[in-house]
This record gives sequence, C-alpha cells and structure tokens, in this order.
Amino acid sequence: MLKDQDRVFQNLYNDLGPDLISSQKRGDWVNTKEIIDKGREWIINEIKESQLRGRGGAGFPTGLKWSFAPKELGSRPHYLVINGDESEPGTCKDRDILRFEPHKLIEGCLIASYAVQAHVCYIYIRGEYFVDGQKLQLAIDEAYEKNLLGKNAAGTGWDLDVFIHYGAGAYICGEETALLESIEGKKGQPRLKPPFPALIGLYGCPTIINNVETIAVVPTILRRGGKWFASLGREKNTGTKIFCISGNVNNPCNVEEEMNIPLKELIEVHAGGVIGGWDNLQAVIPGGSSMPLIPKDKCETLKMDFDSLVAEKSGLGTAGVVVINKDQDIIKCMARIARFYKHESCGQCTPCREGSGWMWRMLERMAKGEASKDEIEMLGDVTKQIEGHTICAFGEGSSWPIQGLLRHFKDEIKKRNNFDPIVKENKNIPYLVDQHLLDKNA
Amino acid sequence: MSLRKPAKNQPDNFEFNSSSLEEAKKIINKYPKGKQQSAVMALLYLAQKQNDNWIPLAAMKYIAKFLEMPYIKVYEVATFYSMYNLSPVGKYFVQVCTTTPCMIRGANKLVEACKEKISEKESELSSDKSCSWMEVECLGACVNAPMMQINEDYFEDLDKEKALEIFNKISNGEKPIPGSYRGRVNNEPENNRKTLMDLKNA
Repeated sequence: MLKDQDRVFQNLYNDLGPDLISSQKRGDWVNTKEIIDKGREWIINEIKESQLRGRGGAGFPTGLKWSFAPKELGSRPHYLVINGDESEPGTCKDRDILRFEPHKLIEGCLIASYAVQAHVCYIYIRGEYFVDGQKLQLAIDEAYEKNLLGKNAAGTGWDLDVFIHYGAGAYICGEETALLESIEGKKGQPRLKPPFPALIGLYGCPTIINNVETIAVVPTILRRGGKWFASLGREKNTGTKIFCISGNVNNPCNVEEEMNIPLKELIEVHAGGVIGGWDNLQAVIPGGSSMPLIPKDKCETLKMDFDSLVAEKSGLGTAGVVVINKDQDIIKCMARIARFYKHESCGQCTPCREGSGWMWRMLERMAKGEASKDEIEMLGDVTKQIEGHTICAFGEGSSWPIQGLLRHFKDEIKKRNNFDPIVKENKNIPYLVDQHLLDKNA
Repeated sequence: MSLRKPAKNQPDNFEFNSSSLEEAKKIINKYPKGKQQSAVMALLYLAQKQNDNWIPLAAMKYIAKFLEMPYIKVYEVATFYSMYNLSPVGKYFVQVCTTTPCMIRGANKLVEACKEKISEKESELSSDKSCSWMEVECLGACVNAPMMQINEDYFEDLDKEKALEIFNKISNGEKPIPGSYRGRVNNEPENNRKTLMDLKNA
C-alpha cells in the first residue's frame, strides 16, 4: 500500500478542512513563486520527467500536451481550460477535489497557466455539481483576497484570472472540443480535429485542456520533483491516482493509490471485499462505463494502470471501478449503460445517434431473452460500425462496453436467447421489421 | 439523444428581476468582450431559478435580446442540455440516478419510493403540486449509490425507507439535510478506512 506521506490528496476525506489556511498547512501555496521563478521550460521538463499522464480518461502525457502550446505569444491570447465535467458512470473523483482540495487545483491552474502562457483560466464544472462548484468559488474568492490570483498572482509576476463555467447536464461536454463549444455558448457538439485545440481552441485561440485531477497533482509534483512521482507505479504509468470503487462491494469508496496496484487489493483491502465474497464476483468495469468489462478469472491478477489494462483489451479510463457480483444480471447492467449512451449521444454523427439507440434496444431484448441467435452477431456488427466512424471518441465509448460483453459473456446471451430466426418460428413480434413475412406464412 | 419539448402553456412575458440582472451582468464580465454569448448557459440557469425551476420560451427570447444573439441559438442550447426544464416541475425537483452503478445498488427502490410518494408517472406533479420526480443519468456520486438530487443538493447512500423519510420531510415543509444517509463521512470507506489514519485521529 502507498505510504501516507506519498499521497497527494491529504484531505481526500476532509479531515483537515478545505479552506486556505488549512491548505497552506498542508503545503499548498507555500513556495509557488520559487517554482514559477524556475521558468517555463523547467516546469514542463519536470512534468515530462514525472511521466504524468492525463487523469481524465485518455491518458495523454501532460508535459507533452503543454509543450504543444505556441512558444511565442502571438496576437491571440492563450487559454487554460480545466475539465471538471466528470460524468462518466462510476467516476466521482473530481468532485472530492473540487470540494476538499480546491487550493491544489487553483495553485495548479496558476502554474499551468504560466507554463502555457495563459492569463485566463476557465474551470468547466458539470451543472449538477453546483454546490461543489460554490465551494470552489469560495476558495477562488479566498485566493483573490490574498492576492494569490489576479494581478501579479502570488507574487510571481504573472497575471491570472480564474472563472468557473457551469455545464448543464451533458455527458458529451467532457469531450474537450465539445467543452469548448459549450463555453462559447453553443450546443456541446464535438469539433472535427485537426486543428487541435492547442492551436485553435477556445474562441479560436490556443487552448490547453486538462482534467481537474491532472492539474491538482501538478504543484505537488513540482515540489517533490518529477523523479519522486516517476518512482511510484511503473514506467510510463507513474504516480498516484484516485480510484473510485463502486457497485457491489461492502465499502464503496474513493481512495488514492499507487498506479499499477492489483485490482484485487483495491477491492479486498480498500473497498472491504465483494458482497458475498470474492467468489461471488462476476465482472469488473475497470475505468468508467466506457471501458470494456473484465470477467472474474482475469481480475485475480489484474494490475490497474493504463498499459496493463490495454493489454486486457480494456482501459484505465477515469479509474472508476464498478464491481458487479453474481446477483446482478450482467446483460441488464450493460443494457442500462447502452441506455445511458443513447441518452447522451449529441446527435451530430449518424452512426452514433442511430446506433446507440439500436444497441440499447437490442440489449434490452437480449436481457429479456427475446432476441434470436443471429442477432448476437448483428449486435457485434453494429458496434463495429459505430466505432471509429464518429467525430469524437463517444462512438468508441458507447460500443466498447458492448464489445466487452460479447467478448466475455456471449455464452450467457446465447443461453438466454435461443430463438431461431423468427420467420421459421412464426412468432408474433410486432417490432420486427420482417413481420410481413410471418403474416404471409400464416 | 433525448427528446425535449417546450411546454404547451407558455407565459407571454419574462424579464430578469433586479437580483438576476445584477448576477447576469457579473456573469457576462467573466468572458472576453464581444463573447457575451458564452454567458447563455449561465443566464438560462438564472432564468430557470427565477421562474420556479423551468424556462419558458419568453425567457429564451429575452436572453437572446440580452446577449444580442439569435433566438434560435438560445433555443438550441436550451433544448440540448438536459438540466434545463422546458416545462413546469415541482418546487422540489427530485432526480433519481438510475445508471448502472446506482442500479446495481438498488436505485429501482428509490424509483418505487417516488412512485408511491410523489406521483405514479415521471415528470408529473404530486397531488399537493410541490414535488415532481424523474429518472436521470449518472449524477457523479457513484461511490455513494444509490442517490438522488433534490434541487441542488445531493442525498446519498439511500434506501427506500430513507427516501420516503426525505419525501415526508418535504411534504411537512421541512428541509431535509443533504449528504450521506448512512452516517458516513464523505467518500471514505465506512468503518474500513486504511489510509490517512493519522489525520483521521488527529
């Protein structure tokens, strides 16, 4: 288990209080000026050395992302945007940072803004977190009062304004370009890339977008050194991460742990074990709903980091671990996830808009045992036709969980759905397109 | 995509009251000059708060004029985002999360409680007109499942009895306390905490 002194988020459970004075006792804002005095290049190199990867789901190296920002400030201003639109089912880590460690985030904003030469930073928070957003606003006000933000922020000579922008209940706004559209006051529909936001982003200006957790760990990395962060976890999957363990466990919780921690340790030690014992485990969704599930036999040895999970054809995503035990109907669970994606599709690309509803309806029928055998293959085919054929990664996000289900639980679906092709059966199924064929036979 | 339609009965007029107006000006100042359109989401939310939790078409027209943008663009935004209510909802607006992590911990029991106590159907006002409920997608408190949101507050770690208790409080005119209903502190593992113990005991 990770040593307590190596945990970045000391106040994850709010033992100490989120206010400025308590935060300063924990080390926030202590020597911000010294860090910034070391210069842009040093900061970016240190982050590169730490091998920090984005905590929002895609796992893109943060130092590299920052280095994409134009080196020279042109006629257009630069922006830093923080993505706090946390809506992935199974994930609730950013909320705890917003309400209990706001100063880590704000200090991170200042350092990152300096590194990418931004004078304005927008923090995009999902609308449902209004109360938590108000807590962050209190912290921002506190920081302005103590001159940690505004003109010559924290005595560093850098001017920075931080604003909160609330979303209004759209999962898709967690996609970075949809998020920019949303800040611009439009529908949250993702943009085509390229151009990438680092060159043409918010209001057409260079914009760097990072997850809340990514930015909040930055000050600690710079204080303790990139080497320290890189010494945790393993090569290319370094540092600590907040895991959210939910679902059928005895003690669902958020916990900060080292990358590459065994999944079994996460569940058994921190979350108090699976309800009904380890043998009652059916499957685990390792990284929020859009990552393919992993069946029990693989959970025994699974390590939780980006690359180990990719090797299992899944992903770490946001590290929202959803544990599903044998009391649950796995097809129903996935059908509910499909319904989520059907509801949240932005409607821009046809394969996703139509396909997400298609997948949901098929899975609902499969859960009830009303599908025919050949439809199982057809479902797989539909997922393949959505994946990779959309502007943003939502297409993958909606089809991967279903591909995971088909990969590991095909027998279960087959067992339940053993209709022969319906024309032969002569069954009255009103939503079938080929109903007219039945009528003719009858 | 979700289907969202404006209500049939619409008021003729809408205007910000003085406190909303002041707030709106503050919000517009957050954005660069000439980019006041960015404030549309926050202004719609203000309008919703002012107008008993829903946004009439008149408010969209008003905001369009206010921000010097086409009405259709405001309409687009208001119909796209699911937190804008386009028809009247209760003064207490209950949203029950039923996405998978909540579902497998018994969110359907909360739905049952809503059906028993508030109204048989979703988005229908209760008999005393104070409450309405609906199922929503993930509210981002999965570790505290099952949970629901009433207006802006989260009520976590619920079961059917506790949900009924909350609804009873509401109908008695009391304000229920948000947070965990199993007495746990935030998102820590209940009675099983293994980390940061020095701080807990300090």
